[in-house]
Amino acid sequence: MADAIARRSYGKLVAFLAASTGDVAAAEDALADAFAAALAEWPGSGCPLSPEAWLVTVARRKIIDEVRRRRTREVAVDQLQLIADGLERAAAYGEIPDRRLALLFATAHPAVDPGISAPLMLQTVLGFNARMIASAFLSSPEAMGKRLVRAKNKIKQAGIPFSVPNRDELPSRLDAVLSAIYAVFAEGWADPAGIDVARRSFTEEALFLARLVVELMPGEPEALGLVALMLHAQARKPARRNAAGEFVPLSQQDTELWVVEMIDEAEHLLHQASTAGAFGRYQLEAALQSAHVHRCRTGEDNWEHVVSLYDALLQVSSSPVVRLNRALALAETQGIDAALAEIEALSIDPRMAEYQPYWAARAELLGKIGAYREAWRCYDVGIGLERDGAVRRFLQGRQSALPH
Amino acid sequence: MQYLLMIYSKEGAWEKMSLAEQQQGLAAYNAFTEALKKSGALVGSNRLRPASTATTVRVANGKSQVLDGPYADTKEQLGGYYLIDVADLDAALAWASRCPGASHGIVEVRPVWSMAA
Repeated sequence: MADAIARRSYGKLVAFLAASTGDVAAAEDALADAFAAALAEWPGSGCPLSPEAWLVTVARRKIIDEVRRRRTREVAVDQLQLIADGLERAAAYGEIPDRRLALLFATAHPAVDPGISAPLMLQTVLGFNARMIASAFLSSPEAMGKRLVRAKNKIKQAGIPFSVPNRDELPSRLDAVLSAIYAVFAEGWADPAGIDVARRSFTEEALFLARLVVELMPGEPEALGLVALMLHAQARKPARRNAAGEFVPLSQQDTELWVVEMIDEAEHLLHQASTAGAFGRYQLEAALQSAHVHRCRTGEDNWEHVVSLYDALLQVSSSPVVRLNRALALAETQGIDAALAEIEALSIDPRMAEYQPYWAARAELLGKIGAYREAWRCYDVGIGLERDGAVRRFLQGRQSALPH
Repeated sequence: MQYLLMIYSKEGAWEKMSLAEQQQGLAAYNAFTEALKKSGALVGSNRLRPASTATTVRVANGKSQVLDGPYADTKEQLGGYYLIDVADLDAALAWASRCPGASHGIVEVRPVWSMAA
């Protein structure tokens, strides 16, 4: 019972306690104690009428005790009073207010190291432990733990507010929240076979977070766009691997395996977002997904439209990854040479040197113009950079299909 | 919360400015200080003389060592500060971005470690 409530309420309770005190770590510690107390007491005494209120009451007592214990060292008395008052006042409402949005904005504050925002969200809003997060983000648990502690200290000591930013700051601040959520999704996406327990559910957790933002800030077109984008990707998940577990590229996927409900919802959300008339990165990326889906389902050539969407995307984010994907679309509309020229121009970007899709794309195009030896070499680099065995085998297959 | 806004900028740039530019620069700082006062956020502020006037002191093995020059011999030097009292980091950052120092240099924002009452 306490377990079920932990899953459902964890983020809400952490957010409420952290927003009232400004101290994320203290909120987590106190809540952990409160859950432990619940596990010990509820089986005997029965589940309280309002479990969340019960947990908050216990956690609040823990926080105030802890602050009192340390007050002579670092906290002024009036500050202690402030914290206690804040907790009392909020609890007096009866129902616990949902401050998760405020917590999301705090974790993705520009004063917090952007690389730690996604792990911080996973820990504070979703309750993942440092060990699981570390595994997904390819870091040691010790290093990840230290970075998380450091970020929480920064939030507390620098006085980073738990609030929704005002209108003129909102677009860029919301973008930071969305990009951290998308980073969570990308980590889950990197393990499509679902072998890695720590990563398995990250795509779903990211969807949950993005839906949460939509729920708490209805009508924000970019948040809707992000949900649509992730739904489109998720919808194709059953088709990304064949029965033998081998990688299947988009153009060869069995569209019957795609999850129609997710695609329909994505399209609906994207349409809803477009009515706001404020286009951004996520809506455009979702629109690209939508265009690919439409082409694969109908066989209708829409590459001109795809290129124009990439052009628009380049206007809002000049990422080399976008340029790479645009070059591949260009191969369909203007020919291989135009695409190769673009890819050649990209080679000066140091980020491309270690980016597998860059080498795979280059190899693919070189193979098409008969530059087999060079194509072979590019496949080698791509294969060497890939961490997913199935994708590696797919590239090896493409490589050995080159005429010698 | 109290925050210290520390203004770091290239030394010597001030001397290279024309008189009109210097006057404009001073006026901008005066206006910023005035705005801080009006809002009730200002605790204190000062401009510092150049780093060439700095002296560093350290005591090692009971002996004090006094050296000519600033602690860090960098191109950008601390040129002045504002101590402000505002609600949170966002408010402090908003003031920092309005500070003329953010345009001709860099403003570092540091929360003050409040001591027990």
